[in-house]
Amino acid sequence: MSKTIKVKLKIWRQKNRSESGHFEDYQLDTVSTDMSFLEMLDTLNEKLVIDNKEPVAFDHDCREGICGMCSLMINGQAHGPEKETTTCQLHMRSFKDGDTIIIEPWRSKAFPVVKDLMTDRSAFDRVIEAGGYISVNTGNAQDANTLPISKENADLAMDAATCIGCGACVASCPNASAMLFTAAKVSQLSLLPQGQVEADERAQNMVAAMDSEGFGNCSNHAECEASCPKGINLSHIARMNRDFLSSKIRK
Amino acid sequence: MSRSQNYFFSSVGKKQIMSLTGLGLVGFTASHLLGNLLILVGADAFNKYAHTLTSNPLIYVAEAILLAMFLTHLFLAIFLKIQNKMARPTNYFVKVKTGRGETFASATMPYTGIILLIFIILHLINFKYGTYYPTTLEGEEIRNLYQTVIEYFSNPWYVVWYVFAMVSLGIHTSHGFHSAFQSLGFNHDKYTPHIKLAACAYGVIVTLGFSVLAIYSYFQN
Repeated sequence: MSKTIKVKLKIWRQKNRSESGHFEDYQLDTVSTDMSFLEMLDTLNEKLVIDNKEPVAFDHDCREGICGMCSLMINGQAHGPEKETTTCQLHMRSFKDGDTIIIEPWRSKAFPVVKDLMTDRSAFDRVIEAGGYISVNTGNAQDANTLPISKENADLAMDAATCIGCGACVASCPNASAMLFTAAKVSQLSLLPQGQVEADERAQNMVAAMDSEGFGNCSNHAECEASCPKGINLSHIARMNRDFLSSKIRK
Repeated sequence: MSRSQNYFFSSVGKKQIMSLTGLGLVGFTASHLLGNLLILVGADAFNKYAHTLTSNPLIYVAEAILLAMFLTHLFLAIFLKIQNKMARPTNYFVKVKTGRGETFASATMPYTGIILLIFIILHLINFKYGTYYPTTLEGEEIRNLYQTVIEYFSNPWYVVWYVFAMVSLGIHTSHGFHSAFQSLGFNHDKYTPHIKLAACAYGVIVTLGFSVLAIYSYFQN
């Protein structure tokens, strides 16, 4: 038997990139606690459409925590109050009957609001374009054992590769810095032999791209690590810092 | 296909310069505390130490390096803070800390920094450029810095302000010390917990050390 709760919603509404936004209040009286947060917003939008009002625009795609499309600052926390959870995997059982839920978009100069709760996160794509790849000619798959990789490095690279690029690190950082994202993408490749060939250029180019997008600087608060739905930690930032320093010494 | 970005203008580079200058200042503060502990030994020991230090011509080189580190740390901090503010033009209506990241020390770095800036200016005016009392030691006329110190701390409000500034120093360095290692790329499960512990210990030691000297000097009156 699922329980239902009443919630008050305070949602950021913004018509487009150029107009300034404002909060609007809504109320939902029968929210099942088994609903995901996004299903709760779907319910709201169905109601708004029936009332002939403009539905709330928000990003979403896979709804299983792996695509990185969902975002939302929920009651002042990126992806809501639960640890290592994306908004789509947050359930209404995390809220109490009568709660007021404040929903805002990610706020960063590099992530301009497109509409309501949707932000333009293409700054991340441009950081990836600057070096988040390896240049190899593809052909027949080679034997798996020709490139020895230590178990530790394989695991660390895999940890970094779990980054879904949602932008929660930027959203939660007091400085709106994208260091955790960029560091995860640098680490994921540089820890592996295929990625080490271009490691110097990668660290330099991706940091330069990150800086030119207008993200802030890292102050080692670790709010990004605490908010990351994939639990990516600060050691990746340290790895990028030392890769960057040593690459600058070399070239 | 390398993007040419000057190291000193990159976000990572700026933080690493902050780290190196910060660690330099941390080292200076430790040596300053060790020297000042001679106040507990007595007037002659402290005056002799101060004289030996200031009469060495290399002191000007040391002071120039110290000033350069301090000014770099200060102006980079202002520059980084402005950039960070610009990176989020619209603030959140509500922002809740996770409790697993930002600490009191990390969140108050700019404020403890400003307190330390004011403190250092007043500190130089009151002591280095403070009242000059002559004294004779081993047949030589030298400065009686000990008397300047004791006289300054005869005012209990100066003691309170001094202790407050030293608490700020402890808080500032407890974050800065370990944060510097992270910015320079030192982070490993093996030693990072030790660095964090050392940073806290350093913060407590400098706060207590300098505060004890101020309180001791007050009671010498």
